[in-house]
Amino acid sequence: MNAHGSEDPAEVLDDIVGHIPPVSATPARGKHLLDIVDLRVAYPTKGFLSRPVEVLHGVSVAVEEGRTMGLVGESGSGKTTLGRAVLGLAPVTGGSITFDGHEIAHASRSERRKMAADIQVVFQDPYTSLNPSMTIGDILSEPLGSQGISGAEARKRVRNLLDRVKLPVDSMDRLPREFSGGQRQRVAIARALALEPRLIVCDEPVSALDLSTQARVLDLLLEIQEQTGVSYLFVSHDLDVIRHVSHRVAVMYKGEIVEQGLSGKVTESPDHPYTRRLMLASPVPDPDQQAKRREERRAFAAKVASQLGEPAA
Amino acid sequence: MSAVVDDVSAQAEPGGLGGAVKRPGVAGRLFRNPMGTASVLLLAVIVLSAVLAGVLAPHDPARATDNVLTGPTALNLLGTDSNGRDILSRLLFGARGTLMSAAIAAVVAILIGLPAGLLAGYYGKWFDGLSSWATNILMALPGMIVLLAVRAAVGPNIYLTMVIFGVLMSPGFFRLVRTATQSVRNELYVDAARVAGLSDLSIMGRHILGVVRAPVIIQAAMVSGIAISFQSSLEFLGLGDPSAATWGVMVNDGFRNIYRQPLALLWPTLAISLTIGSFVLLANALRDALEDHVNVKEKTSASRRPATVAAVPATVAAEPVDAHLCEVRDLRIEYPQPGGERKTVVDGASWYVDRDEVLGIVGESGSGKSQTAFAVLGLLPDNALVTSGQILFEGKRTIDTASRRIDQSALTGLRGRRISYIPQEPMSNLDPSFTIGSQLVRPMTRILGISKSEAVTKALDLLSAVGIPNPKRTFSAYPHQVSGGMAQRVLIAGAISCDPDLIIADEPTTALDVTVQAEVLDVIRDLQTELHQGIILVTHNFGVVADICDRVAVMQNGRIVEQGDVRTILRHPAHEYTQMLLQSMLVGKPPLTRLMSDSATGGMK
Amino acid sequence: MLQFIAKRLVAGVVALFVVACLTFVLLYSTSGDVARNIMGDQASAASVAAKAHELGLDQPLMSRLSSWLWQATHLQFGTSWFTSQPVFTAIANRLPLTLTMVCVAILLIGVVATFLGVTAAVKRGAADRAVQIMAVLAASLPGYIVGIVLVLVFAIQLRWFPAISRIGPRSGAAVWVASLTLPVVALMLNGIAGAAQQIRSAFIKQLEQDYVRTLRSRGIPEREILFRHVLRAAAPAGLTVLSLQFISLLGGVVIIESIFALPGLGSLAVSATTQGDLPLVMGVVIYTVAIVVVVNLLVDVANGWLNPKVRVS
Repeated sequence: MNAHGSEDPAEVLDDIVGHIPPVSATPARGKHLLDIVDLRVAYPTKGFLSRPVEVLHGVSVAVEEGRTMGLVGESGSGKTTLGRAVLGLAPVTGGSITFDGHEIAHASRSERRKMAADIQVVFQDPYTSLNPSMTIGDILSEPLGSQGISGAEARKRVRNLLDRVKLPVDSMDRLPREFSGGQRQRVAIARALALEPRLIVCDEPVSALDLSTQARVLDLLLEIQEQTGVSYLFVSHDLDVIRHVSHRVAVMYKGEIVEQGLSGKVTESPDHPYTRRLMLASPVPDPDQQAKRREERRAFAAKVASQLGEPAA
Repeated sequence: MSAVVDDVSAQAEPGGLGGAVKRPGVAGRLFRNPMGTASVLLLAVIVLSAVLAGVLAPHDPARATDNVLTGPTALNLLGTDSNGRDILSRLLFGARGTLMSAAIAAVVAILIGLPAGLLAGYYGKWFDGLSSWATNILMALPGMIVLLAVRAAVGPNIYLTMVIFGVLMSPGFFRLVRTATQSVRNELYVDAARVAGLSDLSIMGRHILGVVRAPVIIQAAMVSGIAISFQSSLEFLGLGDPSAATWGVMVNDGFRNIYRQPLALLWPTLAISLTIGSFVLLANALRDALEDHVNVKEKTSASRRPATVAAVPATVAAEPVDAHLCEVRDLRIEYPQPGGERKTVVDGASWYVDRDEVLGIVGESGSGKSQTAFAVLGLLPDNALVTSGQILFEGKRTIDTASRRIDQSALTGLRGRRISYIPQEPMSNLDPSFTIGSQLVRPMTRILGISKSEAVTKALDLLSAVGIPNPKRTFSAYPHQVSGGMAQRVLIAGAISCDPDLIIADEPTTALDVTVQAEVLDVIRDLQTELHQGIILVTHNFGVVADICDRVAVMQNGRIVEQGDVRTILRHPAHEYTQMLLQSMLVGKPPLTRLMSDSATGGMK
Repeated sequence: MLQFIAKRLVAGVVALFVVACLTFVLLYSTSGDVARNIMGDQASAASVAAKAHELGLDQPLMSRLSSWLWQATHLQFGTSWFTSQPVFTAIANRLPLTLTMVCVAILLIGVVATFLGVTAAVKRGAADRAVQIMAVLAASLPGYIVGIVLVLVFAIQLRWFPAISRIGPRSGAAVWVASLTLPVVALMLNGIAGAAQQIRSAFIKQLEQDYVRTLRSRGIPEREILFRHVLRAAAPAGLTVLSLQFISLLGGVVIIESIFALPGLGSLAVSATTQGDLPLVMGVVIYTVAIVVVVNLLVDVANGWLNPKVRVS
């Protein structure tokens, strides 16, 4: 599986999994806060004696302190599963996840509970990530309560959190349904910030939002990183979003990382054919530039197809 | 573990079925419903009479006299039974046994069903399998037959019988709780709670019990009613405790003396029906209160069916020959709201589309862009009102201004034949029960009037035209056997199958991966270049607009704020809303910088 | 598909076995001195003991269970304690009448409830409210009250039908129809509205599916959409509703037979229960559960056939 084969695009489009370029070619400069090495995740399937389905086939990726690692891929690439594995929400079957020097891939529930202060999450869907029958105040004090902070102290912290995500203080007594999608996502961000974590897993945090709301939420996430130095593991299907928020980027395809490196390099002039295909497929908002990009994409696809037509060298 | 729950001071005591329903307003809504109030009052009266039977009853319920089957008298307000016993007193005391039976059955059923459902739903695995299996067996047992067997085994012990009945009723609770738990368990807020470090027990207490509480109460009311029905049935069959004063025994006695004194049958029958009825009504009222059930009715006599007269102006009032392919003029779509007001979703929109061009309608969620598209198709929800404006297809009106509805008679000839539709979600828009082929063939035989074999040939051609590598296999496949991208191609094939002049595509690539989106847009563009239809493409994505549209209309809050040539709009937007949208685009912006100058405004609505 | 049927068949047999064991243990371990009950208070201790021996009551419970199970596989369910008639014969004499009533009732419920449910779902408005009110009324009135009212009105007041069945061993069809009309109507009344309400919900759920709108957009006539697509999609839910109705009819028939003095399985069950004729009670339980198992199997197979995911695999 680990053939460091040629970068010949011919073998890629249908058989990309067979080719994994050397992972993390340039050594990271910053200190690694999170280190994922050769991670495998397999979900058990329904039915008697049926085999588990492996969705991550040995993935290695690292997040630096105070930086953002962007994880981009299409549906079924395993990018969300990777995020969930870091959070302890996916069954890890192999490899290791090291957070600040501690192995957490197989942490027990009580160990996880201690880590809750360090690793937090913002999910994609702001509608199902907030319990509809709890007030915003209750939602924000839930993580505080689990760490033994309650009463007046908790209320003070909740007020600060609302302030930080630019929601009015009287939101505390309201229910999620009174808020728009973007505002709910601010609540979700506030909940993630409640315990002042060092790493936040952002799982498609802006995919369900409108364009203008998306921009505001991305601004907020960047601002929070500047102020607190939190690290993000940022998962998205949108290469533009990933380019905008990430310091480093990893591209996932069918449960493997096909390319990773500095954000500008990977998202502007990618080495791997799949990344290239992904880049050329995302449209630009100008008819003539888009027409050009479309031609490039078609030319690239034709090149790949013609090379595929030849017998394998 | 449970200490965590207690620590969280802000949260009301979790669990506890007797606890007040947390969401404010449910109780209020229950009492606003006259049925709810009536049933609660009636049940309160029955409970009180059971509790106070000893005080209220004028006679000893068991004392036989010679005044047999008297009918109402001053001494016996409701008359006497065949042993001369006072019916009123027996009714009052009978309420005890009846309510006790209901309570036993409901409590036993909840005690078994609730925890089992929670565990099975939350942890799944072997316990789920085992308990679901046991549930299926319990549900295959006819209740009355089992109760007869229990009666044969243990004798006329009504309370023990009701315990067994509770076991028989537990699957209802189990299924309810299990389904609710499973769905809540997969909610992201439960994942968030786990990441926040809550234990399973606190998650169940805080997030899951709150969700299952209301349905469990509703089911408990239903089960109470059923239990009373079964318990009194047993007694009616003469299988109860003959010495006790119970309603079922009284019905039995009354039925046997029906010719002599019909009233002796009436009273207990009434008591039983009213009690069960109260439980049923209470359950219904609770359900309505929870669903926030509002029956919005527009106070117009015009039915949903368009008046037949409306067809006449549509054909008569033809517009000039050089009419646009499709034109929308000053369209206003409103929905009636509970309070009697109307909500405007499209507010005076005007645009047109011609043959051989792609009009993009772009906007954010709630801008009314999809509503406009559905209005053209005539597929708005039943309660939608077109309060002003007109839609013209080749100059033909498709809005019946008198009834403020879509003129379906004008559209039946157009829809499918001249106007077609590409939906957003590929999978849910194919009928899972039919093969892809049959779903393609049927509109063609119907609309084009061609034979089935011709339609099959054409369908296979269409499938290869939209880039499906193996048309034959896809033709005979069921929707669940193909990928989302393939399904969307199938839907595009369906949209062009009857050679329409206008295609309405509602976010046709939003549900697809970006690489598939590019390919699907290629398919649409190539087909349009070849067949020269007019296309209305509804989207939120300016990249898609740039890729395929000739002209653009930008919508905000139901209004068109700006429209024109695609290059003009994207490069030199005049309206500040369009400018703001384009400013939010990430392409070409320096990474890791702020996008919005006014990013500080998170503002409440 | 064959594998699917085989699986369901095995599950049904296992269910029958479990129910048989549980019922047997319940009946024979909790009942008191059976031999004394049969012989009466006057009998001597010796003759009671002899009776107990004759009935096999002096054997351990488990060996009695296993011998019962063994005989049951040969369709022998013992003999009645009071009439000495084989249980098989006693039930075989009664079963046709009961099955006729239940089958006619379920067919009528199926037709009428589908009609009402679909009408309520499509027309909404008055038809919808009528079904809702009927459902509440039907749920409020126990089966025996419905039966009594029917007897009072149609048999005693109007004299259209006999109040008590005249069915004998050699009755002709006319007698059957006259005697069974009221009981079948009584059986149906309780089920129809509830079933209609559930079929209505199932139908509405399907009507709201996206593909219905797409079918409309393709110019398919509304009638064809309703009856070819929506009704078919709602059929599995409807069949499940009817199978549950069938189970409750098997219980309801007990009461209806008692009211109308019909010589069916239900009245046999009541008299056996009153007398404490345990072999007969046991036989009735096994027969009814076996019928339910067969019906459920048929419904499962029908639903499997309706679902392409099961059929095509």
